[in-house]
Amino acid sequence: MTQSSDGKPGQPDPAGEGDLASRLDRLDRQLKQRSETDTKAEADAAGRSASMGAGVANALRLSSEFVAGVVAGGLIGWGFDQFLGISPWGLIVFLLLGFVAGVLNVMRAAGMTPGPRVD
Amino acid sequence: MAGASDPIHQFQIVPLIGDGTFAFTNSALYMGLTVAAITGFLLLGTSARTLVPGRLQSLAELSYEFVATTIHQTSGRDGMRFFPFVYSLFMFILISNLIGMIPYTFTVASQLIVTFALALAVILTVIGYGFAKHGLAFLKLFVPHGVPLVILPLVVVIEVISFLSRPISLSVRLFANMLAGHITLKVFAGFVTMLSGSLGALGLAIGVLPLALAVGITALEFLVAFLQAYVFTLLACMYLNDALHPGH
Repeated sequence: MTQSSDGKPGQPDPAGEGDLASRLDRLDRQLKQRSETDTKAEADAAGRSASMGAGVANALRLSSEFVAGVVAGGLIGWGFDQFLGISPWGLIVFLLLGFVAGVLNVMRAAGMTPGPRVD
Repeated sequence: MAGASDPIHQFQIVPLIGDGTFAFTNSALYMGLTVAAITGFLLLGTSARTLVPGRLQSLAELSYEFVATTIHQTSGRDGMRFFPFVYSLFMFILISNLIGMIPYTFTVASQLIVTFALALAVILTVIGYGFAKHGLAFLKLFVPHGVPLVILPLVVVIEVISFLSRPISLSVRLFANMLAGHITLKVFAGFVTMLSGSLGALGLAIGVLPLALAVGITALEFLVAFLQAYVFTLLACMYLNDALHPGH
């Protein structure tokens, strides 16, 4: 015998069918169930469209992240060369490091490596 | 004639009022127009303040909710303190890109210095807020965990370069997309006039092909105009998230 939470029988007997309280109770349960499925579907749709936008954003990101790393490394190396007069070693070393940073950027943009963190 | 078919001509900076470094240029004019358009749109959209929004109010609410959702998804509730900044960034880039799609207008984001200034504003906010909130602990952002002491200096240098490359990638992406798109559009549209000018009726018949392409690229450019504004905003949110929760 299945029993609902308030102790009444889950399957209303013929006499209880006319009982207003049990009908209201049943309606209440059904409404709650329906609204739950509705909000779940809504959240799913929102999540899907958001992940699509994020996917396109990531695709656009990947192409430029690598180049940016190399350029940043090259600029730093060139700056060291200019101000310390160690040309061409600054450019050589930092261009290579920039290359590494670019690869790191791409891996982060692709979600293969976690981002930088404190602690 | 050279000015009419030259695809780069549209990006020329022309001083309108005054001269020299502080001249009021066409770039400044279109930035002003952008800000005026955004201000007018939001003032008109929020003036009625009805419970059931009208068209303009719906648009204003839509733009608010779009940016708010983006911030919530990337940096959570705390990120909302940057909402005014992020919303301004998004609207400025989006509206200036859309204004640039109107023929004979100037595209503000086609100048690298403009996009770089925007990217620098984001990165300086990240650095400033990061140091203000976490103090010197913010520098731990560059020191990953679990790295052997021997290669730690190397990893730190790479992390610093990676951080410094952010404003570059942020600005170059927006700039390059807008520049390349507008040049492509102009080149394909130029083919039509060049073909008909040199081949007459036959050229005009062939010219239908580049014309169709130009129409297609125009649609694509509208998509890019929106998408680039969105990508810039999304990445700005992710970088701001680093300043908010570096321990995330």
